[in-house]
Amino acid sequence: MPSFLDALKSQVGRKILTGITGVGLILFIIFHLIGNLTLFGDPQAFNEYTYALENLGFILYVLEAGLAVAFLLHAYIGISIWWNRRKARPQGYKKYQSKGGSSHQTWAAKSMIFTGIVLLVFLVIHIDTFKFGATETIMLNGHEARDLKSLVIATFQQPIYAFGYTVVMILLGLHLGHGFWSAFTSLTMKHNEYSALIYTVGIIFAILMAVGFLFIPLYIYFAGPDAALISY
Amino acid sequence: MADTFTVHLKIWRQEGPNEPGELVDYTLDKVNEHMSFLEMLDVLNEEIVKEGGVPIEFDYDCREGICGSCNLMINGQAHGPKAMTCSCQLHMRNYSDGDTIVIEPFRAKGFPVIKDLVVDRSAFDRIIEAGGYVSVKTGSAPDANSIPVDKSVADTAFDYATCIGCGACVAACPNSSASLFTGAKLAHLNRLPQGEPERAERTVAMVEQMEEEGFGDCSNYAECEAVCPKGISISAIAEMRRNYMKAALKGSEA
Ligand code: HEM
Ligand code: SF4
Ligand code: FES
Repeated sequence: MPSFLDALKSQVGRKILTGITGVGLILFIIFHLIGNLTLFGDPQAFNEYTYALENLGFILYVLEAGLAVAFLLHAYIGISIWWNRRKARPQGYKKYQSKGGSSHQTWAAKSMIFTGIVLLVFLVIHIDTFKFGATETIMLNGHEARDLKSLVIATFQQPIYAFGYTVVMILLGLHLGHGFWSAFTSLTMKHNEYSALIYTVGIIFAILMAVGFLFIPLYIYFAGPDAALISY
Repeated sequence: MADTFTVHLKIWRQEGPNEPGELVDYTLDKVNEHMSFLEMLDVLNEEIVKEGGVPIEFDYDCREGICGSCNLMINGQAHGPKAMTCSCQLHMRNYSDGDTIVIEPFRAKGFPVIKDLVVDRSAFDRIIEAGGYVSVKTGSAPDANSIPVDKSVADTAFDYATCIGCGACVAACPNSSASLFTGAKLAHLNRLPQGEPERAERTVAMVEQMEEEGFGDCSNYAECEAVCPKGISISAIAEMRRNYMKAALKGSEA
């Protein structure tokens, strides 16, 4: 019998890990989107939310470390699966096409490595822009806080950010279009009428996430700094 | 007598395992819609021999969809365009006059080409040797029906047992994964009372052998299910994953 660690390194174990990290990242983006939507709430709701988040202390470090491990493991296994495929078929076909039918070899599925790598690069830029971006210090309910809301609004006045984010969020939607169903499948979901439902749910979820995230930069860009939905 | 028609063929010719190989063009004008795909190749070979050439090597045995040896990649699809059909069961009525058909061998590191369209699938035999059996007592035969098997279990086991080991699942997989084949064999044996005692060992041994043979990872493309001539469901892969992780969890406790 393999040790549990060896089992995780096997082909089966790698899939289980892609699935678990994939689900973890899905949960993360759900909370991230809900948090971001506070931009449209009370004038200081977003800054209060980010203040609370940044002052979670130890819990925040645990969450950040968990997220970092999930991202890195997910990206590492994804890239290695893609890399290994050339070893498993040293000579390719002159002609290849999917047979359709019950195949899930969609455009979204075939571009997982591309959309994934874009997300990885985006992540670095994204963290640099907001987590480490320069902000004004404001007084919020008697304590000092970063004015991240103004940074977000200023950032998305720039077309490169507004439209760059939009494109990346569409790619995120594509990644999830296959990824949602695939994660369940990796985590040993049987293939039947329920899995067909999960696939549809996954596509709806992917669209919701993409539209939810890209609405923010596009709205701020087009509505301008005095956006009606964003009050001060 | 149906009219004959012409097809243009691009067929992979390769003299031996370590020769380079290339697609060679042929035009065959004696195709009749009732011919099977393999008969069409037989007729082409007759023409080639008449002209003093070396006939194209391709594998087959039963020609009735049960032996799993007629592995051809036809226009980029394992066993051609029809669902749940082996190359030998594909008929020329699926093609029309003037069509171009590309024929290549199944490709994977685990399936080295021997000659032309013939590949060596003994990697599958070694996966079976690793655990694709049940251990039984020899000696006098047991009484009939002494081991009750639920009808639904027997039926599902039989569905998985219909895998003919053709290798189309590997050939069509962008990663050359052998998960559907291995999963089908495991799903067949693991669910029957006769196979139950060796479930953990069998699952681990076959999964390890599949990886050893150089087959790739599964990315859940489900292309394998679409090309499988027996319609084996990717649920087999889910069961394989579950049993493998269960075995590993138990193993590390002991
Ligand atoms: C917000 C970020 C991300 C989310 C929500 C996400 C989600 C997912 C999910 C749910 C899956 C399906 C898991 C499975 O097949 O078991 C998946 C697969 C995959 N992800 Fe991500 N992912 C993200 C970021 C990334 C990054 C940064 C990469 C970097 C390369 C990446 C590369 C891949 C690849 C290559 C696969 C397919 C794995 C395979 O071939 O089986 N993903 N992703
Ligand atoms: S699972 Fe299907 S495609 Fe794969 S070897 Fe068995 S019969 Fe052929
Ligand atoms: S020749 Fe036996 S399955 Fe096709």
